[in-house]
Amino acid sequence: MASIWQYANPQKFMQSTTAVLPYLAVLTVAALATGLIWGFFFTPDDYKQGSTVKIIYLHVPAALMAINAWFMMLVASLIWFVRRHHVSALAAKAAAPIGMTMTLIALITGALWGQPMWGTYWAWDPRLTTFLILFLFYLGYIALWAAIESPDIAADLTSVLCMVGSVFALLSRYAVNFWNQGLHQGASLSLDKEENVADVFYLPLLVCIAGFVLLFITLVLLRTRTEIRARRLQALIARERMA
Amino acid sequence: MIALFTRDLALAIRAGGGFGLGLAFFLIVTVLVPFGVGPESGILSTIAPGILWIGALLSCLLSLDRIFALDFEDGSLDLLATAPIPLEGVVLMKAAAHWVATVLPLVLVSPVLGLLLNLEPAGYSWLVISLALGTPALSMIGTFGAALTVGLKRGGLLLSLLVLPLYVPTLIFGAETVKRGADGLATGTPTLMLAGITLGTLALLPFAAAAAIRVNLR
Amino acid sequence: MMPDLGKYAGAVLSSYGLSLIALALLVGLSLLKSASVRKQLDAAEKRREKHG
Repeated sequence: MASIWQYANPQKFMQSTTAVLPYLAVLTVAALATGLIWGFFFTPDDYKQGSTVKIIYLHVPAALMAINAWFMMLVASLIWFVRRHHVSALAAKAAAPIGMTMTLIALITGALWGQPMWGTYWAWDPRLTTFLILFLFYLGYIALWAAIESPDIAADLTSVLCMVGSVFALLSRYAVNFWNQGLHQGASLSLDKEENVADVFYLPLLVCIAGFVLLFITLVLLRTRTEIRARRLQALIARERMA
Repeated sequence: MIALFTRDLALAIRAGGGFGLGLAFFLIVTVLVPFGVGPESGILSTIAPGILWIGALLSCLLSLDRIFALDFEDGSLDLLATAPIPLEGVVLMKAAAHWVATVLPLVLVSPVLGLLLNLEPAGYSWLVISLALGTPALSMIGTFGAALTVGLKRGGLLLSLLVLPLYVPTLIFGAETVKRGADGLATGTPTLMLAGITLGTLALLPFAAAAAIRVNLR
Repeated sequence: MMPDLGKYAGAVLSSYGLSLIALALLVGLSLLKSASVRKQLDAAEKRREKHG
């Protein structure tokens, strides 16, 4: 049984992803199309929430991936920090914009859903606030990558930021829960709890979640490949200048 | 380490910039708020805890990029990194000097500014207590941010972008302490959380900041 | 074919619309960047082979 670390070799990574990527892309499109079309066209309205319940097929998967993307970045940062595999650092870099987009989608759909349901686009509800803070963390992380020229230093510093940021993101989550406790009752996002979702909504939702996960994986692989090529390009250009 | 602390403190006081500037900034922010929200004393006393905390936080932010910048430019940071004392200790001393030189004055004048914003009488002691407990975390987090951006030429704005989200928990618990104190409610939980965050930050972030400096000096 | 969205049509349609736009932008930009970097890299490799 080959070790998983063999994929940390950029060449091996490129070879295996070249083979896998087309299948992943097809699967992603299939799952996303199935889930979203099923959800949008063929699910009934909720008796209470009316047609807005259809937003769940975007909102919940995006929110899930927003958090999981950060988690993946944390794991990748740790791997880079401990074992110094370049692919890992580049994968973390590649994942950040995806996570940020997911956070943005979760926030936008949440606001649009909140307008008819709670009567306001934005409330300083703990969950909303946490996502806004998560968005700021993504911004800072991406900005730090962009600001540093030397790729290895950038990888090191962003991985430190990611680890520290994770701790503070968790802290913020609890702080925000504490902060808004006295103001108003937690918003009734009970649809997030799986037991509250009837099967008619649950199955397409699962397909959508699978679609978003696949989309994330595909995009991370694609973007990591781009980053690896960009590194090689940089090295080649540097060598040309030397000559 | 103590020599380093007094050196940094002397430098900060002699240079004068951060010391007075932070205070002036804190004053100006506090004075501007009533112009923005209107002079009704009821509104002002409601928002006073938050405004004072945000004012202190922003004033603290102003001087962060100077923590390592000068030492980095003249090479003394390299010397410090190779000195026999651990870099983690250096970082901690840097944060302590920053706190004493620029943040402690803010804590001390905050009751006067509370007066301007019509803070409830019961809130004053909690204002000082919460600032005294919480601002060391701000200095330490800021030092970490400064360590991350020390090698960058125009790191100031990036530093704010990196550091401000990390300030969220401290700000929440700090302002909550003052708010509850001003309303005469129990302040135990947020005060303890605030102290906990500060202690945790002081214990762990020096390692992260020292790691960042080592990377930047490579 | 179009389901009746009732009075919430605006909210549902705009959230689908904006989300799909955001996803399309993300995918599009990723693909564009991938293509441009690949092209540049190929050009650089060719240059290297030519000059030895």
